[in-house]
Amino acid sequence: MIRIEARPQPSAVMAYATPVLAVVLTMIFGGALFAALGKDPLQAIATIFWEPIFGEFAFFYRPQLLIKGAPLVLIAIGLALGFRAGIWNIGAEGQYIVGAICGAGVGLAFYPTESVLIFPLMVLAGALGGWAWAMIPAVLKVRFGTNEILVSLMLVYVAEQLLASMSLGLLKNPEGFGFPGSRNLQQYPSAHNAEIIAGTGMHWGVVAALIAVIFAYVLLTWHRLGFAIRVTGEAPRAAKFGGVNPGRLVLFCLGTSGLLAGLAGMFEVAGPAGQISIDFNVGYGFTAIIVAFLGRLNPLGIVAAGLLMALTYIGGDIAQSQLGLPAAAIQVFQGMLLFFLLALDLLTNYCVRFGRAEVA
Amino acid sequence: MSPLLSLNGLTKAYPGVVANDDVSLEIAPGEIHALLGENGAGKSTLVKMIYGLVKPDAGVMQMNGAGFAPADPRAARAAGVGMVFQHFSLFDALSVAENIALGMETPPPMRTLAARIREVSETYGLPLSPDRVVGDLSAGERQRVEIIRCLLQDPKLLIMDEPTSVLTPQEVEILFETLRKLSAEGTAILYISHKLEEIRALCDAATILRGGQVVGTCVPRDTSARAMAEMMVGSSLATPKAAAHAAGEVLLSVTGLSVASPSAFGMSLKDLSFDVRAGEVLGIGGVAGNGQDELLAVLSGELPCGPGMVRFKGDDLAKAGPEARRGLGVLAAPEERLGHAAAPNMSLTENAMLTGAAREGLARRGMLDWRKTRSFAERIISGFDVRTPGPENAARSLSGGNLQKFVIGREVLQKPEVLVVNQPTWGVDAAAAAAIRQALLDLAADGSAVVAISQDLDELMEISDRFAALNEGRLSAPRATAGLDVEQIGLMLGGAHGMEVAHV
Repeated sequence: MIRIEARPQPSAVMAYATPVLAVVLTMIFGGALFAALGKDPLQAIATIFWEPIFGEFAFFYRPQLLIKGAPLVLIAIGLALGFRAGIWNIGAEGQYIVGAICGAGVGLAFYPTESVLIFPLMVLAGALGGWAWAMIPAVLKVRFGTNEILVSLMLVYVAEQLLASMSLGLLKNPEGFGFPGSRNLQQYPSAHNAEIIAGTGMHWGVVAALIAVIFAYVLLTWHRLGFAIRVTGEAPRAAKFGGVNPGRLVLFCLGTSGLLAGLAGMFEVAGPAGQISIDFNVGYGFTAIIVAFLGRLNPLGIVAAGLLMALTYIGGDIAQSQLGLPAAAIQVFQGMLLFFLLALDLLTNYCVRFGRAEVA
Repeated sequence: MSPLLSLNGLTKAYPGVVANDDVSLEIAPGEIHALLGENGAGKSTLVKMIYGLVKPDAGVMQMNGAGFAPADPRAARAAGVGMVFQHFSLFDALSVAENIALGMETPPPMRTLAARIREVSETYGLPLSPDRVVGDLSAGERQRVEIIRCLLQDPKLLIMDEPTSVLTPQEVEILFETLRKLSAEGTAILYISHKLEEIRALCDAATILRGGQVVGTCVPRDTSARAMAEMMVGSSLATPKAAAHAAGEVLLSVTGLSVASPSAFGMSLKDLSFDVRAGEVLGIGGVAGNGQDELLAVLSGELPCGPGMVRFKGDDLAKAGPEARRGLGVLAAPEERLGHAAAPNMSLTENAMLTGAAREGLARRGMLDWRKTRSFAERIISGFDVRTPGPENAARSLSGGNLQKFVIGREVLQKPEVLVVNQPTWGVDAAAAAAIRQALLDLAADGSAVVAISQDLDELMEISDRFAALNEGRLSAPRATAGLDVEQIGLMLGGAHGMEVAHV
């Protein structure tokens, strides 16, 4: 018989051990999945986790780690602030899209003027766009008590329609021979989010992600607002008794996560992606939810989790092309990671006892 | 007479603590046996073993001379043991009969069950209609649901854990009548309580536990409450004493306070008015659920009220939230320790920050000073004798009494001008309760105004200068405590509260 007992104190060991355990379990069950698909599981796992960093073409993949990891970390940091307070922004993908549209829109409005002011303006517009998109569920929740999970999620689909409309209409490249999509910002130096050091993948989005990590860490550890976030997540009534205004906290958390997601979208469109197109978004906003939890909603953990997630993205791509693994299998693999993590979370606050019941 | 239940050398150890050490005890049929002890003395562990929730490490139990080792509560119930817990496990939205049916293995048809509930409730003088929704019942009535649930199983031994902590004096009388009737019919009762006068009035024998061991037995009728308390604590008790002081200016004044309860099962406040002066303790009595939580929430600033209803030194507090009020010196300690007064999973240091930030200067321009907070938490721990390894421990790892001392200490050490407390000693052992009451009295002696909301009337008699009763969301006019007797107070509390049900 298996029984589950509450621990008197949350286990500190388990809080750090569970992400590692989750990764190991994901490898085992993912391997089984790949085996069932008729692929060599060891080779598949090695391709996903080893090839990008130490493989033959690592010089190409390593910068990709930063390029893919930065938006994940940037978005996940914002989400984690809300999640710590029990405020569930599931619509970061939408805020990411709107941030990209606003950022690119401002850049393209100035085309072909060259000025050092254009890029900062785009950053501002991207942040503002994401923030405004997140304020919709926030204001609705505070004013009318709507569920922010549903509203923010549904706004993702609205944002996707907006994206399609933009790439076919307002932002369409006039010199694009009728193809959907905007001008490529990589060919517009004032608006290009170029690599700061060539060949490293280090662009301004990476810098922004690092700043966000430090900001979030300081906020949560040393600032009253961060304390308010943590207390609200642990015990909402105690937080209210302590003087936290729940409505203002909702506005701050959703607003900040939207702002960071918008920034991520803007850096992406101005850099690695280059242009607004119908399929511009690739799910960073959703994957960031996994990253946030995998990182224990802890800023430093999120950095590690973001890099790990980026690794499975890149490794997944390699496995797809080299081994012919279906894309869906890679997504299942990533989903497993979140699944095992959430399941193992139980071990932080409970311990599992095996054997005959000895009732305590 | 041969004993109904005999325990011999029961021992149960948990990691780091021996909860029961060689405990032996005998209960005869029809005997009302009191189990006494401070929090953490091992009373709960002992009754949990009898009720099959915990298995002893060593020792034997015998029921009617035969071996008795219940593997789970179901086996204990089958053997004739019933238990009424301190915390009720009832669903607010269901009716009395539905709640009782939920606890039965094979519930009879609802109509038969309702008839049996009526029958049992009439036989034992426990007025209760099976059709009423539990959410509308008073605490006393809820307890009756639990008692009837047990009685329907025809128990030979009934265990009652702190049954009177939520009852008015009149409801206590009704309960005692019932228990005496049960005892006369041969049902043995194991009665756990902190209230020594009640035990003297009700019980035939008492076993006293301290630190997991039996430290004595006595016949409560022939033993003074003080002697029993000293056996429990193991040392002589200090009775809280109020220093003589004159009441000063009015610090807190409440006028025509009416507020709708935010919860569906809460109680709205209706036209409350009272003043509290510097150096005075105002006791507000009444059974929980009659607006106590709402009153605390309004005074702490969590629940907004209309302009002019609550004033501090004449200034309107309507727009001041909890933080602003703390800044002014109006502090509060809610009843619910875990989740309201303290965040269960956060450390004591973090919980000290929760309300101490402004007055203790723990935050400067929004940045938190954790070192200072830690030393504030340490001051609370040492000043109020909070038993814990240190301030980095989670609030939920503390026993109820210790956490309560921490919560009260946290507010008292901030030197409030007005302190509002709700059930300050609920579920706290005698020594800790005395310490908390003394702290409240000392605070008043230093010129603060204290509002103590409590359902423990003895406590209010002991500490308050004036007394008012909160019943059904209405407050009686405050009267000087000196000269009031318990009977009068019971009537002020709307003593009819427990009786009303009889003619529903």
